[in-house]
Amino acid sequence: MQKEGQFHIPSGCAIAGLFCKDGRRVSGESMIDSITVMHDRSNGLGGGFAGYGIYPEHKDAYAFHVFYDNTAAKESVEDFLTQHFDIESLSRIPTRKTSGITDAPLIWRYFVHPLPRMLQDMEVDEREYVVRCVMKINAQYDGAYVFSSGKNMGVFKAVGYPEDVGRFYKLEDYAGYCWTAHGRYPTNTPGWWGGAHPFALLDYSVVHNGEISSYDANRRCIEMYGYSCNLMTDTEAITYIVDYLNRRQGLSLEEVANVIAAPFWSTIEAMPEPKRSQMTYLRNTFASMLITGPFSILLGFSGGMMALNDRLKLRSMVAAEKGETVYVASEESAIRRIQPELDRIWAPRGGEPLIFRLNEGVKF
Amino acid sequence: MKITAGDMHFQTLNETIRNTPDTEIEIDSCLGQRYIGAGLSGKHIVIKGTPGNALGAYQDGCNIEVHGDAQDATGDTMNDGMITVYGSSGDATGYAMRGGKIFVKGNIGYRAGIHMKAYKEKVPKLIIGGCAGSFLGEYQAGGVIVVLGLLQDGSYPLVGNFCGTGMHGGKMYLRTDTLPANLPIQVKAEDASEKDMDEVRPLLQEFCSKFDFDLQTVLNAHFFVLTPDTANPYKALYTRN
Repeated sequence: MQKEGQFHIPSGCAIAGLFCKDGRRVSGESMIDSITVMHDRSNGLGGGFAGYGIYPEHKDAYAFHVFYDNTAAKESVEDFLTQHFDIESLSRIPTRKTSGITDAPLIWRYFVHPLPRMLQDMEVDEREYVVRCVMKINAQYDGAYVFSSGKNMGVFKAVGYPEDVGRFYKLEDYAGYCWTAHGRYPTNTPGWWGGAHPFALLDYSVVHNGEISSYDANRRCIEMYGYSCNLMTDTEAITYIVDYLNRRQGLSLEEVANVIAAPFWSTIEAMPEPKRSQMTYLRNTFASMLITGPFSILLGFSGGMMALNDRLKLRSMVAAEKGETVYVASEESAIRRIQPELDRIWAPRGGEPLIFRLNEGVKF
Repeated sequence: MKITAGDMHFQTLNETIRNTPDTEIEIDSCLGQRYIGAGLSGKHIVIKGTPGNALGAYQDGCNIEVHGDAQDATGDTMNDGMITVYGSSGDATGYAMRGGKIFVKGNIGYRAGIHMKAYKEKVPKLIIGGCAGSFLGEYQAGGVIVVLGLLQDGSYPLVGNFCGTGMHGGKMYLRTDTLPANLPIQVKAEDASEKDMDEVRPLLQEFCSKFDFDLQTVLNAHFFVLTPDTANPYKALYTRN
């Protein structure tokens, strides 16, 4: 089969997300219901979900979700994992036979803790250690791909329509305070399991509708900081840029949004000080992380969710609130499907980040 | 004919509407079905719920009412007829309109009315009760766009950035005391003259009676009129001839 980068298909996608600010956990079923309405925005070549707060019984362990092409790949990765982590538990991720989902790889889940001795030797913090291990497996272990590596969260993705993917992974059995979903209509590349969204690193996960014109500039830039873009899919680069800017550089999510969806210079010039200087600084300092081209993205992270459009708003996105629950989707109908009555519905402006967090005091 | 759309596929819904001899059509529980009324004429379609993208695209004389919000590309390239949205409407509403009217009570998304055009008696009209996103009337070549700002809650300006970029025909009415910043030099903004207001009054009247606004309140405010600066505003923009 041809993989990413070997093939070109011109063309949309669908994204949806829900977030319970009060920390209430809801089953993955409602996310499936929502994304189903936008069936025709995908073409069956990729679907996926990210759920947060779904592993309360293992909440202090990093949950690795791994695709293997064969048992040999599994054995060698498990050797690596044993050398670097204390494995709390491991199991196959439960799936059900679903028409529309074929050619499934081996799909395994590991709850792991970095080995303190190894951490000490590498002289990095725990999260950096996990990132380096994930990068190493994904770059150097043929036929293996760690597609989820955060705490108390998990990504579930496959080739197929998102509703089939959700049923395949039995998402009704998981409950989370936040869910994001994606229906894929691959642009430029054929769909494969690793290329489905969300793309995740640590607890960051990104679902993305659009196409990044600046992919190669972004990739060249982020690869200088030790990230390897193995999947040849633009969304992967967004995930690594967010990790780099937010976790490693310590930028706030608002600042991250102002880097990747920076306003035009003409818009910046019209801003009052000190905003103008701040925006100028961000645009200049992280010039190669500006993402151009159409996109609407949902970024999931521990305790929150961010929605962002490109600065020209070349992809549709609406947000809504009902009580303590927030909804975001490519189309209003996807929100109305699961919540017909809304307190407020609005379309955020291009480049305007919407950041939702758990209410103060809510534990996850 | 009354149709409960629910989870019905858009193709089934649209074939039903197209094939019925009925001209009065009511769609209940509409949920994202695309292309409703696309390319049709002579039907009165009342929609409750949220119709999908490209509502009334290429339509040629239907009267479409939406009791709810409309999504993207509403009235794309429509040639004639009317679309009334009692809520808000998404991006690219009235894109490349050639004729007819679109009335939106609430707000409108990005790129509304871009590349609207006109020819002889065909003068499309897009009236927005709330505010509009960026690129309003980009490349506008004809027709009338009116933004009233009646329902502004202050969270967004009357129109976003890059209003009227590339405009070379038609007219835009903005009900505001302050012009959008950075209008392109090829666009001329003037206080609305009496003649301008006479031209737009019947349209405002129709808008007000539809949505129950008070016409006097609407008129009792300052309007700017945006038009292209000359007959050929982009002459020598790219080349010397």
